[in-house]
Amino acid sequence: MSAVDVTPQEQTASSASGVMQLGGRAQQSHSPWMDAWRRLRRNRAALVGFVIIILNILAAIFAPQVAPHNYTDQNYLALNSAPSWIVDIFPKMKPLEEQPGGYVNVNDDYILGTDNLGRDLLSRIIYGARISLSVAFIGPFFSLLVGTIFGMVSGYVGGQVDNLMMRIVDIMYAFPTLLLVILLMAFFRASFNEGDQGTLAYKMNQLDAAFGGMFFIFIGIGLTSWMDTARLARAQVLSIREKEYIEAAVSIGSRNSTIIFRHILPNILGPIVVAESLAIPRYISFEAFLSFIGLGVNPPRPSWGAMISDGSNALISYPNQAIFPALALFFIMFAFNFMGDGLRDALDPHANKRV
Amino acid sequence: MGQYAVRRFLYLLMVLLVVSAITFFIMHQIPGGPFSTEKKLNPTVLQNLNQKYHLDDPLPTQYADYMVDIFIPRVTSQEKVFSVTDDYLVNINLPLVDDAALRWINFGPSYKSPTLSVNDIVRDHLPVSAQLGVLALLVAMIIGIPLGILAALRKNTTVDYISMGTAILGVSVPVIVLGPTLKYIFAVELGWVPTSGWGDFDQMILPAFALGFAQSALLARLTRASLLQVLNEDYIRTAYAKGLRQRRVVIVHAMKNAMIPVMTIIGPLFAALITGTFVTERVFGIPGLGSYFVTSITNRDYSVIMGTTLIFAFFIVVANFLVDLTYAWLDPRIRLS
Repeated sequence: MSAVDVTPQEQTASSASGVMQLGGRAQQSHSPWMDAWRRLRRNRAALVGFVIIILNILAAIFAPQVAPHNYTDQNYLALNSAPSWIVDIFPKMKPLEEQPGGYVNVNDDYILGTDNLGRDLLSRIIYGARISLSVAFIGPFFSLLVGTIFGMVSGYVGGQVDNLMMRIVDIMYAFPTLLLVILLMAFFRASFNEGDQGTLAYKMNQLDAAFGGMFFIFIGIGLTSWMDTARLARAQVLSIREKEYIEAAVSIGSRNSTIIFRHILPNILGPIVVAESLAIPRYISFEAFLSFIGLGVNPPRPSWGAMISDGSNALISYPNQAIFPALALFFIMFAFNFMGDGLRDALDPHANKRV
Repeated sequence: MGQYAVRRFLYLLMVLLVVSAITFFIMHQIPGGPFSTEKKLNPTVLQNLNQKYHLDDPLPTQYADYMVDIFIPRVTSQEKVFSVTDDYLVNINLPLVDDAALRWINFGPSYKSPTLSVNDIVRDHLPVSAQLGVLALLVAMIIGIPLGILAALRKNTTVDYISMGTAILGVSVPVIVLGPTLKYIFAVELGWVPTSGWGDFDQMILPAFALGFAQSALLARLTRASLLQVLNEDYIRTAYAKGLRQRRVVIVHAMKNAMIPVMTIIGPLFAALITGTFVTERVFGIPGLGSYFVTSITNRDYSVIMGTTLIFAFFIVVANFLVDLTYAWLDPRIRLS
């Protein structure tokens, strides 16, 4: 440990926080990722976002334990029901007993009420977190995988190859990708439902069923998300390709793959991670959008977008059915935005100083 | 500049062609067709229908015919008769010969609604979507740009934090959240504006705001960052040193350069607005073109799919084109490289 004396309080404080924060900073060199973590912890907004995300992840994983009901459970005696506290805060909702004009079936068994099929809204919101969160993590995964490799190869190889690869990105950019994704979704949905056993279409369909209808959403997001990352990765590679340590690696005879993955990749990852984390809310709202227009996950699996869509059909009579999933979507996007901002400040401190 | 513009224009045409080709071939790969209904049609009827709409031709032929109908203008001397198969969006009367007219852009008839041509649908519903999009863009710019300027000028003060907090809030509320919420608060609960419909000004406020707010947040963040960068430049110090007032320095000297990066996102922003209209139109019951795009896909109404996709693609691509041109005009380094 450190040579400089550390008071017991400091010692407990630092070990409690779980970070190797030592009295003698001069001897201890921090890795860049360690520094980033330190900066991130100081950003309160980012921490709040982080906590919300963790809570959401826990809720999504332990949904069967946390949720009071299953998302498919229907109670025919409680269609469109709402508990009394909701009836109180939404002044236009009048309980059935209060005539004339009362119409709401008051049922306090369901904390947020039920939808038009008598399914518990709270449980469906909890299960819905699974969809949004998997998109939040799979989206960046696709984008990082494809975009980073594409961009690195393009930047590292250079010349005609670079030209051609970047032209492809340009064309993809000019493309109204979302229109295309909507078309593709319709195509996947329709055609892979009728594949013969043993064909690729059938296998894709099985895969989609295993993912609960999310597989094609992932593909859609993958198709649209990688271009930004590719451009960024290429620009980063270009900026460090001429550095001395790359030259050194070349001169000792390292293979190209070693140079790309061992020497270049770690040095360009920071800005790419930042850009990816800032893009997560976009993936989440993209899935919600697809589900809203009816091209998302297969019912009865709940998705916040689909719930908002169903709820807004009954917005005037039963606002709770749209407002609560909307709130859930808002909170998770808010949390990811804050965390993304915090990550940017932490991993890319220069970006902040320049402005 | 001229050369650059021509190059970008050819690019635009190419993208439109590729979009149309991909859409066309994907659309025909989707199982089922416009005439596959719950109740199976008599095979002879189906055959006749396919023949009538040339759906039994080979795909490349169909595609070529379709593209010719859309892109190639034709001059006819026939009097314009009403027919869903012969309905052109652009009709310009030529002066020299009687009844001679230049006819251009025929998207063909809708297969699902045999009395409508796609052009009928476009004429009825595109103006609504366009109004919504333009209003939302205005909302985005009127809120976003001043907010960004204010935040940049009062950097690291409460004003800055509040504006940027609002901006993060704005980025976190997608249209599908903001739309229903605004509708509930202002239309259902307070009753200030109607819940749905289109045409009167009070029906337009909520949808335009719901659609534009998220984009205004993006604009605010970008304007702030860009203006802060420019304010550090030497020529701004020079302007102050000359004794100019702050208002003049900011508006005349700084904004001109600060707006260049802001201009570039107007293109993607416009694309986001267009897709946003699908949702906004549904939430607020607006008779726009967006719902036709979505329902036509599920209906396999081929000509409507093609027509709406091409029109949306056209707007997105043209917006990008104009942004590129403005950008090149403002910043000579781009067109010269």
